[in-house]
Amino acid sequence: MSALLTVEGLGISFGGLKAVDEVGFAVRPGEIVSIIGPNGAGKTTLFNMISGVYLPGRGRVTLNGEDVTGMEPHLLAARGLSRTFQNLQIFQSMTVLENVMAGFHLKERGPVLADLFNLPSSRRRAAEAASGAIELLARVGLDKAAGREAGNLSYGALKRLEIARALALSPRILLLDEPAAGCNAVETEEIDHLIAEVARSGVAILLVEHDMKMVMRISNHVVVLDHGQKIAEGDPAKISRDPAVIAAYLGTEAADAEG
Amino acid sequence: MKLSPKTATLLVLVLLIALSPLLFPSGYYYRVGALIFVNAIAVTGIVILTGYAGQISLGHAGFAGIGAYACALAPVHLGLHPGLAMVLGAVISGLMAFLVGRPILRLKGYYLGVATLGFGILISMVLNNERQLTGGPDGMEVPDLGLRGLLKDAGLDLTNGQFWYWFCGIAVIIGAWLALNLFNSPSGRALRALHGSEVAARTVGVDVTRLKLQAFVISAVYASVSGSLLALQNKFITPDVAGFMHSIEMVTMAVLGGVGSVLGAIFGAAVLTLLPQVLTVFAEYEQMVLGLVMMLVMIFLPQGLLPSILRRFRRGDE
Repeated sequence: MSALLTVEGLGISFGGLKAVDEVGFAVRPGEIVSIIGPNGAGKTTLFNMISGVYLPGRGRVTLNGEDVTGMEPHLLAARGLSRTFQNLQIFQSMTVLENVMAGFHLKERGPVLADLFNLPSSRRRAAEAASGAIELLARVGLDKAAGREAGNLSYGALKRLEIARALALSPRILLLDEPAAGCNAVETEEIDHLIAEVARSGVAILLVEHDMKMVMRISNHVVVLDHGQKIAEGDPAKISRDPAVIAAYLGTEAADAEG
Repeated sequence: MKLSPKTATLLVLVLLIALSPLLFPSGYYYRVGALIFVNAIAVTGIVILTGYAGQISLGHAGFAGIGAYACALAPVHLGLHPGLAMVLGAVISGLMAFLVGRPILRLKGYYLGVATLGFGILISMVLNNERQLTGGPDGMEVPDLGLRGLLKDAGLDLTNGQFWYWFCGIAVIIGAWLALNLFNSPSGRALRALHGSEVAARTVGVDVTRLKLQAFVISAVYASVSGSLLALQNKFITPDVAGFMHSIEMVTMAVLGGVGSVLGAIFGAAVLTLLPQVLTVFAEYEQMVLGLVMMLVMIFLPQGLLPSILRRFRRGDE
């Protein structure tokens, strides 16, 4: 199958420092591609460029055959790209349900005048978003918290809420930035299953994650970054044996984990 | 049966507006009530812009000025009925907000505050300086709306104060109904989302520039209608309606009462319209006491008067 997302020679500099340099890879539908690397390797910066939050300095991003380099996030969302954030970006003062309903924005939006006058068309759009959001909340195990203010949820629950909101877009490609960070073993496993299930439904997944066990277990393909550059890429088994990767990343991490 | 927050808010508003006159010791209080309502309408617009969308404007009195002077000028120069002049003012304000908002809503926080401040001052200067047209700082007369006469012919004889009380009271309820509709609608959700996290709102597909502009235009129309109603009931208008102090008043009323809730903001409008009347007992210290009250509220009840009071009640329930 041909690639859904292709990244070629992508780079950005902040004040002369090359935060990401010449990074390229491809993600196919239904595939889980993980980006790993030590802290400060440029993983989140890479995500921000792909999702339109940062304007790339160099290179090209192609989504479903269309050049989308530097395209604004809301236009990327309309083309099927959805993401979560490493440092949570929750709509704090809205309810859990409303947070996910906001994810249905592209499906529920309509003329603002219809919304002001509460016309039947506006009510119908909102009701559809609400029922879709309830389904998604059940899927991530948050249906009981639907009416609560999102700001009051635990960290692990907020992580799942972000995933539910991102899924509300019915994305073709989902970018997950450390979805399991700060979650306990049980929660991590739940997220793990959820990601695999989403991928099975044909959604391409690009994952940044520090939990190596999770990465090695669910990824089809792994890209390793260090100091903003790609130092290796391949299937998980190959990556875990790659000497450059072990030196840059797994060396210290693996020793810590085993020690 | 549990009422939705929207129904509950509207019910409270309708009851307050309908029943308050029973307590009025004299006809003068109709006039005070109508002034509260005029402010409440502008403040409801601020709730949409600041409370929902999280954008600040320190120049909304400019739109009130446009609405007010439309009612003064359009009947004289265009031969328009004052009621239609109010509609014209709202349309001009909306267009103006659209044109001005496009470039300045890209700014954030206090940069946006200063840019809107500039807009308000500009309108105020035009009204002050175009003497031949506006009469300058001396102000100008506004023709009668004529509706009270029609009602009298129909057998409903209201005093001037009563008429404006009920007319503006109905306008407040309509304004609140629209704002409450918006809150729970797809557009309102998108506005509140971009308030909560702009980057997250963009990634779920919210066209942030467009949504902010919509909120700005809607709130400008509210301010414009408020200015028109003030002009029509006073039958006289001065450039003060577009002045910097009036812009600040709108924001202060909204924030003091609770900018996140329509009822709270209207409560704020009521408090800040009434307080100066009550504080006249402090004579020359009136302004100082007013400032002190506002500071204390912001320090101890940062979410605004009404939300803080309601929260305390709810805590009592548990």
